[in-house]
Amino acid sequence: MTAVLDAEELSKQYGRRRALQDCTLSIPPGHVVGLVGPNGAGKTTLLHLAVGLLQPTSGTIEVLGSRPAETPAQLGRVGFVAQETPTYAALSVADHLNFGAWLNPSFDATMAEHRIDELGLDPHQKAGHLSGGQRAQLALTLAIAKRPELLILDEPVAGLDPLARREFLQYLMESVAEHELSVILSSHLVADLERVCDYLVVLVASRLQLAGEVEGLLASHHRLSGPRRDADSMPSDQEVIEASHTERQSTIFVRSESPILDPAWTVEEVSLEDLVLAYMGRATDARGARRSSMRPVQ
Amino acid sequence: MIRFAWRQFRVQAAVAAGALVVIAVVLAITGSHLVHVYDTSVATCKANRGSSAVCVNAVTNTYRFLQDALPVLVIVVPALIGIFWGAPLVARELETGSCRLAWTQSVSRSRWLFVKLGVVGVSSMVAAGLLALMVTGWSSPIEKVSPNRFSPSLFSVLGIAPIGYAAFAFAFGVTAGLLIRRTLPAMAATLLAFVGARLAVTYWVRPHLMSPVKTVMALKQSYGTGISQSSTGTGLTFLPPSVNIPNAWIYSNEVVNRSGHAPTTQFLQSACRAVLSGSAAPVNHPVRNPNSGFPECFGRVAAKFHEVLTYQPASRYWAFQWYETTIFVGAALVLAGLCFWWLRHRVT
Repeated sequence: MTAVLDAEELSKQYGRRRALQDCTLSIPPGHVVGLVGPNGAGKTTLLHLAVGLLQPTSGTIEVLGSRPAETPAQLGRVGFVAQETPTYAALSVADHLNFGAWLNPSFDATMAEHRIDELGLDPHQKAGHLSGGQRAQLALTLAIAKRPELLILDEPVAGLDPLARREFLQYLMESVAEHELSVILSSHLVADLERVCDYLVVLVASRLQLAGEVEGLLASHHRLSGPRRDADSMPSDQEVIEASHTERQSTIFVRSESPILDPAWTVEEVSLEDLVLAYMGRATDARGARRSSMRPVQ
Repeated sequence: MIRFAWRQFRVQAAVAAGALVVIAVVLAITGSHLVHVYDTSVATCKANRGSSAVCVNAVTNTYRFLQDALPVLVIVVPALIGIFWGAPLVARELETGSCRLAWTQSVSRSRWLFVKLGVVGVSSMVAAGLLALMVTGWSSPIEKVSPNRFSPSLFSVLGIAPIGYAAFAFAFGVTAGLLIRRTLPAMAATLLAFVGARLAVTYWVRPHLMSPVKTVMALKQSYGTGISQSSTGTGLTFLPPSVNIPNAWIYSNEVVNRSGHAPTTQFLQSACRAVLSGSAAPVNHPVRNPNSGFPECFGRVAAKFHEVLTYQPASRYWAFQWYETTIFVGAALVLAGLCFWWLRHRVT
């Protein structure tokens, strides 16, 4: 099957600032992909490249087997909800549904109207007067009603209160189940994605740090704690992601496909948040004062 | 996409249509009265063999306010179109981020721009064209008594030139919005560029579109001939007869000798001593056929000097209108092309 997103050495530069560097990534279809990273990591750049709002400086990107925004048909296959869910403030909710129908041959107007009704939105209300949550729901409705194969959402819940956040993600997941969509959504908070995504991409400081199915990633990462030990002395099949030490004890975050058999270690399962934080920490260290494997904890 | 472009433009289009209807009603009512004034005053003048000035004044003094305001309106409207329709067209979408919504629907960016430019651009030209047409029609009685439509001030008000101005102002507004990406600065840039372009074409381009007709005539003593003295010093100028060619655009009317020089002050002082030393020397206003000595003075000047009239004849009026319109519409098309290129290659 064609990858939903296939990037080769993808880079984007704004003047001298590198927003994305040498990103090679292939995401198989049928996943809800969480794209995580701190603010300014390059998430929006990657997503804008994927929907054709940006052109790469170097490297290539294909989405659903074609160059993004290459043809109107290709545009129709990808739904996009941009950051801060921009809408036309002076136009009404009903106007937005017309907009979707007029600009997309595949638009499912019945479904969109039904959804607006379900949300309790007044079709005559101007989009500029909607709350952030309602606007996000409107934008999501538009994106889903065009019946895309892939839905891309850029920080869709960042500005929403917890209740709106839950409703938004709930509708998203219902639609995914109903229409068999692939989804890529970004967030700087892992907690937002934990319950919905089954594939994780971590982007830090404009570089790809980690990509894979959540289940596999969780199974292959372990937090080891035991007597103090230099991280450099770990076995070669155990990649050290992050290590911290006290006078007597070491806590080492490793990636290992094989089980940890050394009885000196207490092996802990890791959560998605642990995983992301460990990779973010590593990337930040590598960027700052060159990585030191001995990071004392006071 | 066309329907959506209309939906976005609906309010502005309604405002413009409403304004045009109001203007049309006002011009229809006042216009018919103006025609009545013309008919009656010209008829009376002819019957009474009165001076033509009386007939002219009857018409030119009717609706003075409208006669002053309408040309201003026709000149200002293209600028308003550029500022309020052109500049925000793309800039506002870039500013609010709604372009990210528009450019991810099943419509290519080029088509998106093409339709927006088409719908609003054609509306701009239609609005400016209708306004100019109405004002041209309304002014026709005035033009009959004071035929001066080739003069720089009326040329850009009557006829088809305003359509070109509207197209240019609109296209410049869109381009500025696309390049600057912010509405307010784009509006300001549009105003400056439009005023600059209009002045540049009026004063530097239009006079050179066709080489003017030069007529060389022997000096005749008639209305307007005389000597004037400059207000600052003792410099004297010989004034040619005033010319009145209906609807012609007079560049210059000069009194020169064979080598192209005007009569010098010394020459006039010696040739026209009697005139100048008559009563107190004339200051600031021409001496028009004064009683004593002028025919001799005139004879001496006419022996050495002749009159050269440089002008564009009235028959070239429409050629100039088409040139002017083509220049501005052409510039608008170039700007539109730049917009497409920029949207494809630079807005990334």
